[in-house]
Amino acid sequence: MAHGAGGKASRRLVEGLFAPLLFGSASGPLGDAAHLDFDGTKIAITTDSFVVKPLTFPGGSIGELAVNGTVNDLAVSGARAEAMVVTYVLEAGLPTSVLEAEVRAMGNAARKTGVIISGGDTKVVEHGKADSMYITTTGIGRPIPGISIDPKSVRRGDKIILSGPIGDHGITILLARGELDLEADLRSDTRSVLPLVEVLAKAAGPGIRWMRDPTRGGVATSLNELARDCRLGIVLSEEQLPVHDAVRGACELLGLDPLHIANEGQFLTVVGPEYADTALNALNLAVGGEEAKIIGEVREQPAGAVLVKTLYGGSRIVDMLVGDPLPRIC
Amino acid sequence: MCLAIPGQIVELFPDQPTAAMIDVVGVRRKVDLGLLQDNLPVKGDWVLIHVGFAMSKISEEDAIDQMRMLRMLGEAEFAKEEVEGYGLEDS
Amino acid sequence: MKFVDEFREPEVITRTAEEIRRLADPGRHYRIMEVCGGHTHAIYRFGLKDLLPTNIELIHGPGCPVCVLPMGRIDDGLSIAQDPNVIFAAFGDMMRVPGTTGSPLEHKARGMDVRIVYSPSDALKLAKNNPDRHVMFFAIGFETTAPSTALTLVRAKEWGLHNFSVFCNHVTIIPAIRAILDSPDMRIDAFIGPGHVSTVIGCRPYEWIAKNEHKPVAVSGFEPLDILQSIVMVLRQLKAEEAEIENQYKRVVPWEGNRAALGAMAEVFELRPYFEWRGLGFISQSALRIKDSYAEWDAEKRFVVPGVRVTDPKAAQCGEVLKGVLKPNQCKLFARECTPEHPIGALMVSSEGSCAAYFNYEHRKTEMVISISSVA
Repeated sequence: MAHGAGGKASRRLVEGLFAPLLFGSASGPLGDAAHLDFDGTKIAITTDSFVVKPLTFPGGSIGELAVNGTVNDLAVSGARAEAMVVTYVLEAGLPTSVLEAEVRAMGNAARKTGVIISGGDTKVVEHGKADSMYITTTGIGRPIPGISIDPKSVRRGDKIILSGPIGDHGITILLARGELDLEADLRSDTRSVLPLVEVLAKAAGPGIRWMRDPTRGGVATSLNELARDCRLGIVLSEEQLPVHDAVRGACELLGLDPLHIANEGQFLTVVGPEYADTALNALNLAVGGEEAKIIGEVREQPAGAVLVKTLYGGSRIVDMLVGDPLPRIC
Repeated sequence: MCLAIPGQIVELFPDQPTAAMIDVVGVRRKVDLGLLQDNLPVKGDWVLIHVGFAMSKISEEDAIDQMRMLRMLGEAEFAKEEVEGYGLEDS
Repeated sequence: MKFVDEFREPEVITRTAEEIRRLADPGRHYRIMEVCGGHTHAIYRFGLKDLLPTNIELIHGPGCPVCVLPMGRIDDGLSIAQDPNVIFAAFGDMMRVPGTTGSPLEHKARGMDVRIVYSPSDALKLAKNNPDRHVMFFAIGFETTAPSTALTLVRAKEWGLHNFSVFCNHVTIIPAIRAILDSPDMRIDAFIGPGHVSTVIGCRPYEWIAKNEHKPVAVSGFEPLDILQSIVMVLRQLKAEEAEIENQYKRVVPWEGNRAALGAMAEVFELRPYFEWRGLGFISQSALRIKDSYAEWDAEKRFVVPGVRVTDPKAAQCGEVLKGVLKPNQCKLFARECTPEHPIGALMVSSEGSCAAYFNYEHRKTEMVISISSVA
């Protein structure tokens, strides 16, 4: 199944199968979380599953990914995570020490982000299933005042801001699997982006049109989804894309594009042009936002697609991923 | 057939003369020097790496030469235009 | 990145593009073929077409070893790996290429042990670390990659590692270029030569293109400035009505090639009398097989292989696109039945296949006008 990598196949699975059968009348652009209103009480809710091999890697482990990923999904939907519940699906034979380490990691990450883990469940499956451990979470939170996210509000001339360097997580995982025999001083960027989103909301709340955390499938997939939803074009400046040297080196060696690589501690936002500089400055001054950049803007063309331009006048379309990014030799 | 990247030799292995550790902006991998055994590179040399094998030594001199030639492109034209601008031929 | 960033310097790229515009005769239409799929990929990745005047047409050549591999060969490789004791190891490029029963990745999803390797030596290491399994390395590539496979087989023999074999699909570039030039519906003015193949075979093997066919060749590197400089070189030759082999990629390509690499190939490989190239048909002396002295490491000799010929669906025009007769978007199936997610032919699956490159990087650009101002 190519569906897990977060690109075209995932999107079609959700749109083509789940949406019509499950989501009923709530069809429309797919967001990271749902904002519900119960007679005036507004709640945001999200759910996610975490599957990663190896379980631990430089910079983190599956437990942290689970907490940060949930908090981030809510954050980019414009909500502050308050609580979550978790389910562990465990493979029979998993050493208790491994489980304990992940539970601790999860607890630490939750404390760090200020989220309460209020309950959960576990199931044990046969040895050979579950790749040691799968974690599913459901997070709830409150809408952050002053933000109203709607891809339909995206306009020509809006600017696209990226919170920091891309590709660290995906390349770290690829290297940690050990199959390619590459070493690099790289760590996963897993972290909660909520503090930065709150900084952004304060500085430029009314100007925020859209946000997304570019996890599986990378920046390319998130922006392609936006382009399709708002039917406008996204034009990026290659020179502005922040990429750490080691990520660049690994991508060049393996024939990968950093725009397709997963991130676990970054977010994208589209802001109105009059707010762009204020938003960027606020992020750059905040802890963890020093490397935020304006990476592009929204244009009429190429409608529904993402274009990357070079400094010397060349350009290429960047499409969504089909399946996992695969190293190549040709 | 063509993805090959320049990397610098940062470590050699005395017990494995045809192996070396190369570095590409901080990413490291052990590569096989077997295809360069007639003229083994040394630490600090730059080599072209393809599928984990060093294919060729990279000549810094030739690289500099090439860039120099390219940077000069158009200079002859500019010089010509400038001379023509003086209108010397009309007089 | 040293030896990379210099050749991507925007100001020099702009200058070189201007030189190309100066050299190109506005009354003439130039058809320049880049032989190697890696060049096709680079041209799209760096948006180089945007820098060229409209009377310079870049034709994509057949130098994509995945694209020219007949489906039957993929079936053969996968059939060997049906044995649960066998580990199927291959480069990432092969993973999504469809055989008649699915691609290696699809077989993996159904339980086959399929591993991506970056190097044939990694496949050998896999064999060393799994003494009770057999590792079969599905080898592809032109002369750039063949020496590495050869050396790996030499090592396998030296170490006496018997749980390792190679399913050899290496092909050679010169017969492919000959097939292009012999093709009646082709008109090529000049070639951008395959720089990395040339690190092994040198520049001499192309001399007949200049001498007999009177076409200029610039053996080219893969950075934007390399490719643009190669275009400058062939345009200058065409203007002067010359036809020579020029080594643009001097910093890496030795004129006489790499003797040790050629030696390793000669030790392990011999030419097959003929081999089928997808889209180009049977070409004699165009592919490598493992010599008898290494029979024990030859997957075709150790295992029984179906060897069934699989022809492409009639509507697929892979052959014409491979030869550069058709542009990818001129194939009837392009972007309709044949997309990167549902590829009919390997040209759509391989990252350097012209159809995939065109689909992924280009085809939505053609309807619009892009201004060359900077973005942010």
